[in-house]
Amino acid sequence: MSALLEIDDLAVSFSGRTAAVRGISLQVEKGETHCLVGESGCGKSVTALAVMGLLARGAHRSATRMSFAGQDLLSLSDRGMAHLRGNRMSMIFQEPMTSLNPAFTVGSQMAEVMTRHRRVSRAAALERAVELMGRVGITAPGMRLGQFPHQLSGGLRQRVMIAMALMCDPQLLVADEPTTALDVTVQAQILRLLASLKREFGLAILLITHDLGIVARVADRVSVMYAGEVVERAPTAELFRSPQHPYTRGLLSCVPVPGKIQRDRPLGSIPGVVPTIAPGFAGCAFRSRCAYADASCEYEIPRRSAGAAHDYLCRLAPREVAALQPA
Amino acid sequence: MSIAIEVTNLRREFAIGAGLFAPPRRVIAVDDVSFSVPTGSVLGIVGESGCGKSTLARLILGLLRPTSGGAVVDGKRLADLDRKARAQLIQPVFQDPFASLNPRRRINDIVALPLVAQGTFSRREIERRVARILERVGLAPEMGERMPAQLSGGQRQRVAIARALVLEPRIVICDEPTSALDVSVQAQILNLLGDLRRDLKLTYLFISHNLAVVEHLASEVAVMYLGRIVERSETDALFRNPRHPYTRALLDSVLTPEPGRGVPDVGLGDTMPDPANIPPGCRFHPRCRIAVERCRTEPPVAMVRQGGGMVECHLA
Repeated sequence: MSALLEIDDLAVSFSGRTAAVRGISLQVEKGETHCLVGESGCGKSVTALAVMGLLARGAHRSATRMSFAGQDLLSLSDRGMAHLRGNRMSMIFQEPMTSLNPAFTVGSQMAEVMTRHRRVSRAAALERAVELMGRVGITAPGMRLGQFPHQLSGGLRQRVMIAMALMCDPQLLVADEPTTALDVTVQAQILRLLASLKREFGLAILLITHDLGIVARVADRVSVMYAGEVVERAPTAELFRSPQHPYTRGLLSCVPVPGKIQRDRPLGSIPGVVPTIAPGFAGCAFRSRCAYADASCEYEIPRRSAGAAHDYLCRLAPREVAALQPA
Repeated sequence: MSIAIEVTNLRREFAIGAGLFAPPRRVIAVDDVSFSVPTGSVLGIVGESGCGKSTLARLILGLLRPTSGGAVVDGKRLADLDRKARAQLIQPVFQDPFASLNPRRRINDIVALPLVAQGTFSRREIERRVARILERVGLAPEMGERMPAQLSGGQRQRVAIARALVLEPRIVICDEPTSALDVSVQAQILNLLGDLRRDLKLTYLFISHNLAVVEHLASEVAVMYLGRIVERSETDALFRNPRHPYTRALLDSVLTPEPGRGVPDVGLGDTMPDPANIPPGCRFHPRCRIAVERCRTEPPVAMVRQGGGMVECHLA
């Protein structure tokens, strides 16, 4: 059986100068939550936009394969892509205030999603909107239809975005940092909501986040991105139990864990920042920040296997990683 | 042990326009808040957006006047200090290093501004101090010649810290200093703030919605809800044994990197607190899982908390 979303060797560059995504492969199965994790500037959002066909003009996208539910996305016209978006696949963004139109009511924006893709009346679409708003935990949904986005709290706006994304029963939801702008209490509610939608509707979710706490709690599988590449991928429990790539190990050591904090002992940290990669760059992009880099890191890096469905991109073999100090 | 910040019955109201013809509504952003912070320690303040934590920071910085009550900073009444004296004593580090640095000035000029504003330092002295503090926060001297846009988020936050420390203040108010940063950079900045506190014997008021970050740095933690401190205690005691149901919900909502545990139901319901419409009785009761009849009518008073500190809850 093939995956719902299959991407092979996706690359995105901007005006030929910056290589934002450099040959990544990604599979999202039906009903699975797949997390893309990494620091800002590592290419997570660009990957999501490339999947949705929403890259800005001037971006160049290439891939050997991009298919969704058996349909080839590479050969699809802009119109064909527009027909998929908001319909079979939909996306929610970090800041719900900037992605909702401030000049239209919640009801008219939600109804439009459905009347655009389905032969339904506006009244039927509004009925569906009320039903879904109730489903995502919005109180008094009938009243919300006539409200404008600025009249809603941040958590409510994000729920409206999610309800809107579900209007046409999508198979895939791409969520780009959906809870980063929210309070921790609201974040927990939204993530529980996403988990229940996945259970009930068999929704597949491609979740983009920089928060390893979120990854641990909601993901089935994880792809760790660094400077436009997937440097490690594994089932979630496996990744947290035995991270292999020095970047993954570094990221995990940075997270302060409540209850396990030793004050007056510094947190782990990764020196420096994600570099901007020019086309033609060779070797490991993490080498300038890596404690284990040597001369061989300037050449092509092997993709190594560390178990079933667990691989990573590093000069160090699993037994060499095991011999290192614990991260 | 000397006291760096002493806040007594601090209260701040705002009038907000509800609409074009509607009468203005009164919002009590900070409601009868009292606490003291011993010199050299860190008080963490946590709570959701709208709980008044940033208003509290602005009151203690002297950027806002209290409606009633007051603060004593390093033995001096805040209301008696002029701007220059305040700046020598207490300095802020804000959340967003993209918004808090003037994009048209070089880093050297940005960091020098507090010294220039004092009007008592020679140019040589200013240059010397700026160079010294940039080195102390881990920025290379050539960074001083750059513009903010040429710096990463972490470097900008280092600049904001350098600017806060260049006058050698006793107290630093950190308002969500790492919320805009990546986790790897956040760790760098937290380690830097910890080192600076130890080396320069600073006192911090550390405001954050991230409980793990607060636990890492704070010696004592205060939990704010709709303008009031509902629980305050020494950090370990608060995290090990939270007494207020709201503190418990906040701790439950922290997602630790432990796979397989799922996302907890924090049980706060869907109603969000509205500072313009504070419920009668205990202000937390509409979201409280264990509220009883008494909570709906009678506001709880602060009690000494089991394990030290205080808590405002009938059922604690």
